[in-house]
Amino acid sequence: MSSGTDIYHEMIVDYSRNPINYGEIEDHDVTFHDSNPLCGDSIDIDMKIDDHKVTDIKFHGKGCAICMACTSVLTEITKGKSLDDVKKIEKNDILSELGLEHLQAVRIKCALLSLKVLKSALYTYLGSHLENTEGIDKLKTEAENLY
Amino acid sequence: MQSTESSFENLRNDFPILKRTVRDNKRLVYLDNASTTQKPNQVIDAITDYYQNHNANIHRAVYALAEESTEAYEAARDKIANFVNVKNRQELIFVRGTTEAINLVAYAWGRPHINEGDIIVTTEYEHHSNIVPWQLLTQEKRAKLEYIGMNDDGELNLDDLDKYLATGKVKLVTFSLMSNVLGTITDAEKIIAKCKAAGVLTLIDGAQAVPHMKVDLDTLGCDFFAFSGHKMLAPTGIGILWVRKSVLQTMSPFHGGGDMIREVHKYETTWNDLPYKFEAGTPNIADVIGFGAAIDYLTKIGMDNVRQHEIELTTYAMEKFAKIPGLQIYGTKDITKRGGVISFNFADVHPHDVADIIDKEGISLRSGHHCAQVLMERLNVAATSRASFYIYNTKKDVDALIDSLNIVAKVFKL
Repeated sequence: MSSGTDIYHEMIVDYSRNPINYGEIEDHDVTFHDSNPLCGDSIDIDMKIDDHKVTDIKFHGKGCAICMACTSVLTEITKGKSLDDVKKIEKNDILSELGLEHLQAVRIKCALLSLKVLKSALYTYLGSHLENTEGIDKLKTEAENLY
Repeated sequence: MQSTESSFENLRNDFPILKRTVRDNKRLVYLDNASTTQKPNQVIDAITDYYQNHNANIHRAVYALAEESTEAYEAARDKIANFVNVKNRQELIFVRGTTEAINLVAYAWGRPHINEGDIIVTTEYEHHSNIVPWQLLTQEKRAKLEYIGMNDDGELNLDDLDKYLATGKVKLVTFSLMSNVLGTITDAEKIIAKCKAAGVLTLIDGAQAVPHMKVDLDTLGCDFFAFSGHKMLAPTGIGILWVRKSVLQTMSPFHGGGDMIREVHKYETTWNDLPYKFEAGTPNIADVIGFGAAIDYLTKIGMDNVRQHEIELTTYAMEKFAKIPGLQIYGTKDITKRGGVISFNFADVHPHDVADIIDKEGISLRSGHHCAQVLMERLNVAATSRASFYIYNTKKDVDALIDSLNIVAKVFKL
């Protein structure tokens, strides 16, 4: 169990002060926004997608140190990945990177808001780029199984 | 009781929860009283005694238990009437809390009285419970919701009110007597005077004020007044709606059911007398009795002493806060215009991180938007940290808070 101030280690504090990939992509191919009603954390993610690959990703918004650090790490993980690989990103990929595997339940939502936004952005993109309607059911099932 | 630091220190013995430790064997420093307060033995015992010795439904049966139960329930109503100086006990309705009280007014008064084009006026520092019911009502009725703005000190711009009243379309002005975020004490007398002159009704959300200062509804002169028990030592799930009788008589029932009726026939029903017309179903009897015990407890201390104690604590805390570099307090610095609620931000550290770090030191501090997102937008912040005091808090609690903020500063290298 993470306790005391140990979740606020150097990396978390540094990321919160100097987030990676912070900003906006004006000519994004997809953007998505969501917020956490409990604490007011609010994140937008913009992505540039070429040839089924995330060629650029940026985020902006307001959030606690945990939220900002996790979003930074997530954008780093995502950049350059194929859309199929982005689908496979899961919560432990972010948490383990920051040593937050045992984060208490009340803070998990701070840590995973960005993952929710990323996946929503991904499926928004996929949904709007379907060449035919056959894929919709499959996509819907995949999206429903996310959370 | 004399208002001295030691007599308030002694009160702590009445609150069993304050004896426990939290996290790593840390003394519990409870500073989230604007959200809910802890309960003294006197209240806990009253509820236990009711269930152990008197439990029966009220207003119905003739047997001994039912008589005792009804007497205790109605005695609590009288205690509360006396506490806020209501002369007519028929005007006091038991509800679940302030939120239900305001929704009751929006439904039972609002629906028959609000029409297309009418205006309801609220303020920028309201709790969501004094915004959302009015959004629902005005949307349904194609009416308008307008806001009295505030200045940077967290005080209302009453020019806005004048502007809306001048339209002649305002039907209700609704505002909190004390902001749950800024602690601002609203100049209710001025607002009510303006509204009375314009023939407009007023509703006051007293959830933050009644627990912390003397409130006299007889002289205040508003038309609706709501407050909650759990923010003033009583159990959760019990609160009060007071409505001036002349207005109450124009209201439709809220919930239909038992106890609110006089006669029920297949296709029509006549209503019970006030206030029972608005108390359908078996009420929260035990917690009403607990509320009565809380009123007894506060009456013994004296509300002027409660206010004085909180002024001392808030002054002490604001002086200490002022010495911490990077700590910004929201709302007025004028202690006579604010209650024991201090919202702040600490440099660039998110309030959620502040609350998490100091929780490990045993301190219960609220972080977030405090159900006041309209206010957060006005302040241009996502969230604040909030410390709020009550009778059992001491300068030692404030010192513990200050010490813990030093840990935050260290972690975030401020």
